[in-house]
Amino acid sequence: MLASRALSLIGKRAISASVCVRGAHGVAKVEDYTLPPYFDRRETPLPEVAYVQQLTPEQKSLKEKEKGSWAALSNEEKLALYRISFKDSFAEMNQGSEEWKSVVGGILFFLGFTGLVILWQRKYVYGPVPHTFETLYKEQELQRMLDMRINPVEGFSAKWDYENKQWKK
Amino acid sequence: MSLQKPIMRGLLAKRLRFHLPIAFGIAITVALSYKFGVTEPRKKAYANFYKQYDAVKEFNAMREAGVFESVRPSGK
Repeated sequence: MLASRALSLIGKRAISASVCVRGAHGVAKVEDYTLPPYFDRRETPLPEVAYVQQLTPEQKSLKEKEKGSWAALSNEEKLALYRISFKDSFAEMNQGSEEWKSVVGGILFFLGFTGLVILWQRKYVYGPVPHTFETLYKEQELQRMLDMRINPVEGFSAKWDYENKQWKK
Repeated sequence: MSLQKPIMRGLLAKRLRFHLPIAFGIAITVALSYKFGVTEPRKKAYANFYKQYDAVKEFNAMREAGVFESVRPSGK
């Protein structure tokens, strides 16, 4: 507390001293890129800067009139003041667009292209499948699963008729 | 322009009044249908299977098929 109080004393004196030293330069000019950007977003209804930074003379006089009683403003003036501060109204910023059609089209197109790439890979890149995929081997696998009584209650072997050696109807 | 003042309070409560019964209803319906569609038939299927289950007969059948490593087929 004491330290901040002491610092504020020194700080005030330092600032006034620097202004005196630099003559009449004072504050630097505010560049556009140094200001926060303006966003029309539903989540942040009050952007950090007004939309229009450089006011025309009519807008400047309107801003002066705004400092008085607001009941004296006409509806057009109120709208003009709104458009100085904001770019889109909530209705305008929330309206949908047709962009989703392009997005879905692009997705499907690239899915199709990927399918072609995979087909080419299967033919020209991959070697043969293992011998365990041959029909005879698969039949032996199936017979062994039935012999082991895989899932005999509700699943695999439950559907096999062991008496008549065929699938249950 | 003099618009009507919009509703400023109780928005969440209003939404919950509408959606909460629906949410509970759907959740309970799904739970009940799963219970009576899946778990009860499954319990009955297991009960019926083990009513007529002869473990020794099944063992001998599996042994003859040659799936065990501890006992060989009886060779008859």
